[in-house]
Amino acid sequence: MSAPELEIEGLSVSFGQGTQRIQAVQEASFVVERGASYGIIGESGSGKSTILRAVAGLNEDYSGSVRIDGQEAPRPRDKRFYKRVQMVFQDPYGSLHPRRMIRATLLEPLRIFGFDNADRRIRQVLEDVGLATHFAYRYPHQLSGGQRQRVAIARALLLEPEILLLDEPTSALDVSVQAGVLNLLDALRRDRCLTYVLVSHDLRVVAHMCSRVAVMTQGRIVEELSADALREQRSHDDYTRQLIAASRGRTPLDAVNGEGAARSDPRKDAVHAK
Amino acid sequence: MTEPMLDVRNLTVAYPSHQGYTEALRRVSFRLGRGKLGIVGESGSGKSTAGRAIMRLLPPKARITADRMQFGEIDLLTASEKRMRSIRGGQIAMILQDPRYALNPLKTVLSQIIEACRIHKVGTRAEARDRAMAMLEDVHIRDPRRVAGLYPHELSGGMGQRVMIAMMLVPSPRLVIADEPTSALDVTVRGQILDILDERVEAQGAGLIFISHDLPLVGAYCDDVLVMYGGQIMERLAARDLGAAQHPYTVALNDSLPPLDRRVAVLQVPEYDSAWLQEDQP
Repeated sequence: MSAPELEIEGLSVSFGQGTQRIQAVQEASFVVERGASYGIIGESGSGKSTILRAVAGLNEDYSGSVRIDGQEAPRPRDKRFYKRVQMVFQDPYGSLHPRRMIRATLLEPLRIFGFDNADRRIRQVLEDVGLATHFAYRYPHQLSGGQRQRVAIARALLLEPEILLLDEPTSALDVSVQAGVLNLLDALRRDRCLTYVLVSHDLRVVAHMCSRVAVMTQGRIVEELSADALREQRSHDDYTRQLIAASRGRTPLDAVNGEGAARSDPRKDAVHAK
Repeated sequence: MTEPMLDVRNLTVAYPSHQGYTEALRRVSFRLGRGKLGIVGESGSGKSTAGRAIMRLLPPKARITADRMQFGEIDLLTASEKRMRSIRGGQIAMILQDPRYALNPLKTVLSQIIEACRIHKVGTRAEARDRAMAMLEDVHIRDPRRVAGLYPHELSGGMGQRVMIAMMLVPSPRLVIADEPTSALDVTVRGQILDILDERVEAQGAGLIFISHDLPLVGAYCDDVLVMYGGQIMERLAARDLGAAQHPYTVALNDSLPPLDRRVAVLQVPEYDSAWLQEDQP
């Protein structure tokens, strides 16, 4: 058994100085095995995306260690790092250059990394993410949200990375479109033995996509548990239980239909407990 | 139930396009009593257009036609713009998705709520002030005095949405249209906000139209649900029956959601059937 693919140890990130200082992430540590999918769930401001940005090197001002195959990731991140680690961003409306054809967007990483057969690779990767090859000659505004996110995934896949950092990859999409994108990500991981770190606020998405899940609040990882434990609500942490209850609270589709009694209890408590 | 509060029949909204008019909403009919009506659908399904058409808030180039759009004794189709101005906010209130954009960034919480009172003639300035403070308490803000003096950027998302609910409900509207009121909020805050909205709407005896893309949420919160797709109503059903919905579109939407209680290998991706959309024959 080799070293785990990605190891985060004692990662801390803070913003601002003096009294304005905000500790966005405090001593976060986790390990992701090769080919696994690791989820980070939390509410807005919990620090989950901040972790991802620190790992990706978009914010180099962190303390602690980020190791890949046992080796500390360099600061600033070098080309070798980005050859192995790529990121997919939340908003496909903001992450693609609006004035560039999809082909130009996809060509850029290939040029930077000196790949050959650019056109063949672009055709192949578009096919892999379920888009017809003529999409290469479109502009982002001609694409739907789901198609754009597929292009963003294609861009990340072009360099044949081993690790994908996924920051809320489907939260800008409709559930029907989300289903397709999640299926695609799942299949790609299995086919290419990719390793995922997926950040989301949606318990359903994380439980579906990941085998292990870290729960974050106020900059700390309060609990790490398996997806099965998450589904079966076997949690030892108050915050996690609260999060699960809130996510399930209004889901009569999953629970028994027509159980009106169970419907309002958790939220009523939430208001009056204050 | 007696006379419905809102009666909409064959509401159609069309926008000019290259080939004549494109219909964003096609022959939508529904009635609303005192209950909570949910409208669900994906983006582009026409759910927000329906809400805005009722308030006549669509851009001028939109062509709105209907056989009937009756709100109590008011005919919304023929009401003058002047009349509409007093109806909007006064009798029909709208709560929008993101309080960060919907509140005036340059005014304090209190002055915005007082403004809402004054426009809809709730009384003198002093009375409006009292009403505003009472309303802030009614939406369960712990320290209304402090919050009243804050600006929108100083509020959290949940707090902002409470302020918005307070502001919209202070003129005692008869109908509240909530367009994705909790989509910008965290799950743990969502329940509280819906509770508060529920409590207020109930206390004032108003009707509620709840527009959302979130099927389970609407199912748990509303009495009745309209499922929309492609500008048309696919089906109307009691919220508790959502899990046992018959229409293939509703079923497909349900199935595309990753389940929380079990592991599935592959999620169902909905396939659309053009036969769901009726062409010219109603």
